[in-house]
Amino acid sequence: MTTKAPSLAVSQAQKAQRRRENIAGYIFMAPSLIFFLGFVIFPMGMCLVTSFFNYTMTDFSFIGFQNYAELIRDKIFVDKALVNTLIIVVLSVPVTCVFSLWVASLIYKMREVHTSFFRCVFYLPVVTGSVAVTVVWKWIFNNYYGILNYLMKNLGLITMNQNWLGSANTALGCIIMILLTTSVGQPIVLYVSALSNVDGSLVEAASVDGATNLQVFWRIKWPQIMPTTLYILVITTINSFQCFALIQLLTSGGPNNSTQTIMYYIYYNAFKLSRYGYGSAMGIILALIIAAFSAVQFRLARTDNG
Amino acid sequence: MQATTAQPPRKMKIQRGDVGADHSVQALTPYKVIGVILLIILALLFLFPLYWIITGSFKSQQVINAATPQWFPLEPTLNNYERLFQKPALTWVWNTVFMCVMSMLLTCVAASMGGYALAKKRFAGNKLIFSIFIIAMALPKQVILIPLLKEMAWLKLHNTLWAVILPTVGWPFGVFLMKQFSENIPNELLEASRIDGAGETRTFLEIVLPLISPGIGALAIFTFISAWNDYFLQLIMLNDTQVLTISLGIAKLQSELSTDFGLIMAGAALGSVPIIIIFLIFQKFFTRGITMGAVKG
Repeated sequence: MTTKAPSLAVSQAQKAQRRRENIAGYIFMAPSLIFFLGFVIFPMGMCLVTSFFNYTMTDFSFIGFQNYAELIRDKIFVDKALVNTLIIVVLSVPVTCVFSLWVASLIYKMREVHTSFFRCVFYLPVVTGSVAVTVVWKWIFNNYYGILNYLMKNLGLITMNQNWLGSANTALGCIIMILLTTSVGQPIVLYVSALSNVDGSLVEAASVDGATNLQVFWRIKWPQIMPTTLYILVITTINSFQCFALIQLLTSGGPNNSTQTIMYYIYYNAFKLSRYGYGSAMGIILALIIAAFSAVQFRLARTDNG
Repeated sequence: MQATTAQPPRKMKIQRGDVGADHSVQALTPYKVIGVILLIILALLFLFPLYWIITGSFKSQQVINAATPQWFPLEPTLNNYERLFQKPALTWVWNTVFMCVMSMLLTCVAASMGGYALAKKRFAGNKLIFSIFIIAMALPKQVILIPLLKEMAWLKLHNTLWAVILPTVGWPFGVFLMKQFSENIPNELLEASRIDGAGETRTFLEIVLPLISPGIGALAIFTFISAWNDYFLQLIMLNDTQVLTISLGIAKLQSELSTDFGLIMAGAALGSVPIIIIFLIFQKFFTRGITMGAVKG
């Protein structure tokens, strides 16, 4: 790609100027470009390439689409990893959005101290770090020593200790619950700031005209916070697709693959079984799914916005 | 959800009391009271894990294994921390700090230069480069980990903190963010600086940097949090006890001594309390950083 077709009338001075711009541009660009090409673009390309190879510790041979063909027939991938990942996304994304909008709309009008207090509290799990949060929940849910069993027994909700993370019925639910606590922090911060920026005079005018709070919300605030909602939808979707630490530390995909997700299955195949090619193929599929979700969300948000 | 269609509002009840209620803090409707009570309960639930980490780290093994949990450590013990520091926990903390700070510094330097170039320099191919950055940003980071591991092994960086730092710096979000900020710099200022005889470097350092510094602050916080939380990348790249980050250290303790909750909580406390204190002190900057990143992103 070159800059516009050089016209014959370009003077020497202009040429020199353009060259200076080019050189300066590339010098300023160089550090980020080197890191970006070296550690993002190159591996991305390699991921695509290796997905067509049988790539293990001992073998590296071209097999075309065989990894992808195997993937479609892989019962664990299709019935467990894919389904569970979709369940996590479909449950956690709307809940995160609605919950954080609800919290934000309650707290953004409070006194500054109170707003920051609640904002901090809900952001705490993000700062605490996924691993620290996960290990304490593992203790809380523990079969023998967990406080959850103790509390629920004393409240008469259960009669005997439940193995929350060890049972196929409850494990995924527990993971989604913990995921929710770690994902609402950022959306709440964003919604509080978006709601505070809603044009006050419009709200005022609507109230004077007799609009109820609900009408004010749907007709005035909602359209104005739409870009924030869209951003939150996209990042929450990506984060839910990629939830990994929770799975690895709590259940390792078990019991009986009931908490298997694409992300964990990639890890398991590539780094436990050393099936790099197969893992790469899964990675490509995951990337495509995420891209499709983001595209749909953009479309929806755009039509919604009128 | 047809928010913008101009239908007349269905209910036109005029409630004098409600006018402007939207802006008063004190208006106590039942809905608000219930909402606030619920909010407080939820806040306590969100605080509980942290409370449980900190109190748990001071409980002895007997207390933890007892049938009745202690809500507060009645006979606090430092034994968990003593054992924690025999693992090289301080090394893990140092590794984490080094990794986060290095990622942050390098990202800020590279991204502010790159973003400025993309916004203000008309060099050959800058549109193309920018679109590639955008496309790459939409892809999930973890997808590239398999080849990245091979690449790091080949560069002999596997099992060093640089294997985590370099990919973090390469991530395109920073350049994108800084480009958005640099676009607000008035061209006249750059022109004036050039006419005054300032070179590219001086223009960048004296005109551009001060103007985009709020963006750099936001990016610094963003990078710090994501480096801190990027457990997967750390897990793949770092194996030896000496190079672990605190997150990996805790995970390792957990996989080796799965029911020694006192020790694990001590690790979790060591890994989270310092950053929580930093967060509380710089709360305003964090909030601003998070929102700016989103508004511009």
